Amino acid sequence: MDLIVSQLLTGLSISSILMLVALGLAIIYGVTGVINLAHGEFVMLGAYCAWLLQTQLGLGLIVSLIPIFIILCLFGWIIEAVVIRHLYDRPLDTILATWGIGVMAQQVVRLLAGGELRYVEMPVSLSSSVNILGATESAYRLFVLFIALGLFVATWYIYRKTTFGLKLRAITQNRAIASSFGVNSSRVYRMTFAYGAGVAGLAGALVSPLKSVSPEMGTTYVVDAFMVVVLGGVQSLFGTMASSAILGELSGLLAFFSNDTVAKAVVLIAIVILIRFRPQGLFVARMRS
Amino acid sequence: MKSNRRQFLTGGVALSAFAATGFPHIWSKNSGLARAADGEIKVGVLFSLTGTTAIIEESLNKATIMAIDEINAAGGINGLKIVPVIEDPASDPATFAEKARKLVLSDKCVSVFGSYTSASRKAVLPVFEKQKHLFWYPTLYEGRECSKNVIYTGAVPNQQQDEFIPWLVEKFGKRWYLIGSNYIYPKEENNYCKKLLAELGAEVVAEEYVPLGHSEFSSIINKLKAEKPDVIFSTVVGDSVVALHRQYHAAGLDPETMPMASLTTSENEVAAMGGAAAAGHFTSAPYFMVWDSPENQKFVEAYKSRWGGDKVTHFVSESAYFQVHLFKQAVAKLAASDINPETIREAVKGEQVQAPQGLVKVEPENLHCWLTPKIGQCQADGQFKILRQSAASLEPDPYKAYPHQKCTAEGLKTI
Repeated sequence: MDLIVSQLLTGLSISSILMLVALGLAIIYGVTGVINLAHGEFVMLGAYCAWLLQTQLGLGLIVSLIPIFIILCLFGWIIEAVVIRHLYDRPLDTILATWGIGVMAQQVVRLLAGGELRYVEMPVSLSSSVNILGATESAYRLFVLFIALGLFVATWYIYRKTTFGLKLRAITQNRAIASSFGVNSSRVYRMTFAYGAGVAGLAGALVSPLKSVSPEMGTTYVVDAFMVVVLGGVQSLFGTMASSAILGELSGLLAFFSNDTVAKAVVLIAIVILIRFRPQGLFVARMRS
Repeated sequence: MKSNRRQFLTGGVALSAFAATGFPHIWSKNSGLARAADGEIKVGVLFSLTGTTAIIEESLNKATIMAIDEINAAGGINGLKIVPVIEDPASDPATFAEKARKLVLSDKCVSVFGSYTSASRKAVLPVFEKQKHLFWYPTLYEGRECSKNVIYTGAVPNQQQDEFIPWLVEKFGKRWYLIGSNYIYPKEENNYCKKLLAELGAEVVAEEYVPLGHSEFSSIINKLKAEKPDVIFSTVVGDSVVALHRQYHAAGLDPETMPMASLTTSENEVAAMGGAAAAGHFTSAPYFMVWDSPENQKFVEAYKSRWGGDKVTHFVSESAYFQVHLFKQAVAKLAASDINPETIREAVKGEQVQAPQGLVKVEPENLHCWLTPKIGQCQADGQFKILRQSAASLEPDPYKAYPHQKCTAEGLKTI
């Protein structure tokens, strides 16, 4: 019994990390159509911000989350204003440009912070483990799970319930018509990009106490994030959540019954087969045509 | 068009024939003549300063440079200065081979110090074999190599495991769980470990491998909770070591009842995961930064004052350091006109040096080093506490996991 519970929790924990990393990518891709290959570096920058705030200012991780979100939002805002806005409707160019931004971000971090692996202290209050139905789970992993859900709800609320969200949905359906109704689409795009970057930064800060912080850490995350978005279907927030849940539980389960190498391969093969038959992903945002 | 195509084809054939032979005939006769000139001895320094393994290879580069500067400051070798030619192979095995070729053929270095991963060593090996040249390799590795052209100063499996495994079995128990990264080094180490465990009547409850760079260990942690092994033998490497320890710690597992025993977790990895996550786990290695000897005190102080007070030394940077001193002693025995890779190899056989870890000696049979393994337990401050050390230095036996095979000066022998 406790084994089943702890395996379920493990799957949920993997899912929550996947969703955190994929959420920002899904928002940016879903709204602006930009394939952001620098997304992994946004995650990495978030982790380095956490490290910097901790070592330089002595700020704990939980307190740092808000400044990190703001810093990465600003960073995303600047990147959009300087590079991305010139490249809308040129998807191939955005791939190249964002890849270049990613490489530069890695090298700048290496120059400023050095190539060593860094670590971020886990909040003391969360470093114990919690008993749930006989299974023990790390309190920190549960915390990450709740933050991920909270971010999802916040994003969903912005998307469905606010005026900004309404404009956003209008632009996603048809940018030209939305603009002719007075929606400032370039402003909405820029805010979306900034928000996506901010969420990625949070993801990086949140994984940093569990994993290691290095200039290259983003590369693996960006692959995972694309898997989630492709499987879930773009423009669908629920798709992102559902597909991270599926991928997380599936890879956790496969890794438990065989090993991580097999799990990774099987998950990738499953995705390839699935998108062969359902290229739009599992979930499609409904819209009037 | 036609003639162009023909030219292209003949050119291509000639070029590929040229490349296939590894550019030998033009220079190989001269490579033996690569020797000291103008009061200088040129050596190659080949560690990645960029790319994924730069994190650790940078420290090897620093230790090597420091040793060279020390020797030069003390008057060089018989009045000759060592001039390092530093190349950055960028963590890429193909670039390693290319840079090694450059150091050997165009820079005419008399020896090359370098590389960390087995993949990069395998990539440079053909260059040194073909050119009858000399490569100095500081990393612990899986053994099973028998080359006349490499001096191995790191530990091989028998030197890290022979005392470690029985000690752990006696102290903790006989149910072992083996985890490694998925490539050659962990598999060979585990092979040897399984052999020792079988001799001790211990049991391997599971053996599994994670992809290189893997950072999600929660399923493995569930398996550990379910299996409750006595010892976790970890040959996970790189960033994954950090993730494994941090997640083990976060899951609330206890090193007192289920310790991880590792051959790869040094001060360097511990610095990256934080002392709290590492505390209580065990490592077997010939060197730890806290080792109390005058040579080590000098080494650590010089390293910190040169490269920064927050820097740590570890069991690969230590061998990167002392192998330069071995080189110096070997070259010092030669007349300036005789300095070339082959004479250096002959001169280094049986040579010994008082290294930070203690006395080390080059085994003339297989060019690996006699080392004194120690068992350390990591403490919360990021340093190890040395619990045990071998009574005497241990003979290197790179083929110990394979019965009837022995590496000798004449090559691999079946006995």
